[in-house]
Amino acid sequence: MNVLLVGVGGQGTLTASAVIAEAALRAGLDVKQSEVHGMAQRGGSVSSHVRFGREVHSPIIPMGEADLLIAFEELEGRRWRHTLRRGGMLLRNLERIPPASVALGSQAYPAWDPRLEEGIETVSVDAAALARSVGEPRSSSVVIVGAASAFLDLPPGVWDEALEAVLPAKILDVNRKAFAAGRDAVVGAAGGRGGSGRPA
Amino acid sequence: MTKILLSGNEAVARGAYEAGAGYASAYPGTPSTEILETIAGYSEVQAEWAPNEKVALEAGIGASLAGVRTLIAMKHVGLNVAADPFFTLSYTGVAAGIVIVSADDPGMHSSQNEQDNRHYARAAKVPMLEPSSSAEAHEFVRRAFDLSEAFDTPVLLRVVTRLSHGRGPVETGGRRGSERPIRFDRDPKKYVMVPANARGRHVTVERRRDALRQVSEGDAWNRIEWRGRSLGVISSGIPYTYVREVAPEASTLKLGMTWPIPDAMIRAFAAGVERLAVIEDLDPYLADHVRALGIPLDGEVGAARLGELSPEEVRRELFGGGPPPAPEEGLPPRPPVMCPGCPHRGLFATLRKKKLAVMGDIGCYTLGVAPPLSAMDTCICMGASVGCAHGSEKVGLRGVVGVIGDSTFVHSGITGLVHMVYNKSGGTLIIADNGTTAMTGRQDHPATGRTLQGEATAPLDLEALARAIGVRDVRVVDPCDLPALERALDEAVASSEPSVIIARRPCVLLRKAERKAALWIDESTCGRCGRCLDLGCPALVASIEGDAAGGGQRPRRLPSIVEGMCVGCGLCADVCPREAVRAPDAGGGAA
Repeated sequence: MNVLLVGVGGQGTLTASAVIAEAALRAGLDVKQSEVHGMAQRGGSVSSHVRFGREVHSPIIPMGEADLLIAFEELEGRRWRHTLRRGGMLLRNLERIPPASVALGSQAYPAWDPRLEEGIETVSVDAAALARSVGEPRSSSVVIVGAASAFLDLPPGVWDEALEAVLPAKILDVNRKAFAAGRDAVVGAAGGRGGSGRPA
Repeated sequence: MTKILLSGNEAVARGAYEAGAGYASAYPGTPSTEILETIAGYSEVQAEWAPNEKVALEAGIGASLAGVRTLIAMKHVGLNVAADPFFTLSYTGVAAGIVIVSADDPGMHSSQNEQDNRHYARAAKVPMLEPSSSAEAHEFVRRAFDLSEAFDTPVLLRVVTRLSHGRGPVETGGRRGSERPIRFDRDPKKYVMVPANARGRHVTVERRRDALRQVSEGDAWNRIEWRGRSLGVISSGIPYTYVREVAPEASTLKLGMTWPIPDAMIRAFAAGVERLAVIEDLDPYLADHVRALGIPLDGEVGAARLGELSPEEVRRELFGGGPPPAPEEGLPPRPPVMCPGCPHRGLFATLRKKKLAVMGDIGCYTLGVAPPLSAMDTCICMGASVGCAHGSEKVGLRGVVGVIGDSTFVHSGITGLVHMVYNKSGGTLIIADNGTTAMTGRQDHPATGRTLQGEATAPLDLEALARAIGVRDVRVVDPCDLPALERALDEAVASSEPSVIIARRPCVLLRKAERKAALWIDESTCGRCGRCLDLGCPALVASIEGDAAGGGQRPRRLPSIVEGMCVGCGLCADVCPREAVRAPDAGGGAA
């Protein structure tokens, strides 16, 4: 299983990757995860690869072989769209963060093009709204993990263990709610697909 | 034993801990930084931030001489700084084991070059290990200490960004107890490298190479994995994982020790396959060696790789085929930017306004090169700003300043400043002092007054240091106080004696940084001049008014402030000629 998480530095993609990787490890699978920190984190474009299965060699996903692309930000989803395999799934968070050229008014933020969804499945989630609904605006990255969990073939019990392993104890409860909110939102949206559902 | 997910850096730290390392040191540098941050969590290890990599390694030599296993970590360019002790340490050898980690950055995710540090191992005649996963990093580091002691040599462990910042399962174990007493055994012929002694040690180094070659030919680090015989691939490190991914049927010669290179093993492998390829990042380090053995290889002779390998690139090299899927063209790029409230913004806005030539340095402030600030003109290596500013000023260039961060100044800028004063410079050095090593994730350094463990220590006083060096014109200004900064800059640049301006304000990401309520912009007062937008603050967003194509009103940019991002630094209010930027309690009336 190849999961690519993309977004903007500071959006919590690295924490989300850690939760997914931890869940896969607890499911008894081999896991590799790769990310880049340092300079890119200063509001730049960030990506994190999570791969799991019986045996995983490469820490990065070959282009065009991602099963699930999790876009924390719309433009970043578009920037990494080519990494999805045919029949793969795009989980699209409805957040737009203008990059510098857009903020300065020299370029327009690209409108979403429905053709981007050709040949793949797309599910949208408004993580910020769901995070506010559980009372913790900063939990939107865990909302997104919850939504993603509906499309990852892992035993349900491992997710809670993973949240507990990755997150500090004092914010665990609210993030459990955030996770459930994200999962419930897409299970409805994707036609009642349950935890064992897989893209394609 | 439990299996946990560790990054390559965490695995290196854990391996060193388990091997009984008692001393560790580094200067922060992506992608190596987390090695020391992790090892600092083990109370049995004395872990220290050093001002630079040379000092870290020299302190490590001392710890080894006293009988303590030592881990020294650095990014690839850090080994350039530590190269001086590194080369001669190869001659002296060690007492307790020394493992030096070089974290290379193919693809330059966060570096100024993509040098291939495998060349260092061959040049210094030091064994080099290259793990392919977190699990191997952990295991290799543990065994590297034994190798170091058995062959009386430092060991170079080369990791890369994809290993350092990747995670994988690791089976951890307990810590090996130390059998050595803290003791120094005097041995001048081994440790005092005057020419007469060094000549003898050079003989030892060459003999050691022969002994290490036998290790490399054995199965401790290197192995032939026979699968299909139609294709054989020689590889190491992360590229080996790409080979396994895209060519699961190929036989592989997996090299965990890449200096010395096992010639006999390579010949045996080459003889057993129909087609032979080498897959490696960056320079043709292994490929050139294989060709020098007279063994023909697939691929271009002597081609150095640009950028980082990827699984799809390896697939193309081994099997051909078209280019992999490419990203959509024309999308707005998203480069890294200075944070809202970053103290460097006021400095670079002022430097741009003064149209000075800015000799820059390495850190977050290197982002001052990006538009709209566009106010950095050079960036070479840690500390180069000082020498570049001095040299250009010395030969007659005017209107030039050097800009260096506080941590970078301590790393490599101090001797440059000594040079300026000694040689009667009239130049100006600006120390952008944000009180941390920001770019690598806010690590402490000697001038912050805190150790790696966060304990209070004597802070290096930058003003007093500059004065002690002989700079009489030392000024401290707040880079958010634009008039004061501009005045200081005018006076310092005009004067004919060396000057230091310390532009001091804490990094906005530090807990102690001042945060105020978000400002807002009164649309009815705003003149649409764009001066606030030209600060390049991510909290300021323009909306376009008027119609660019309509030929009527010229399009104008109306700025607005993103409430969740603004920290109220007030820089945009300072540059606004109409006082349209308001504090939240100022209401719609006069500010």
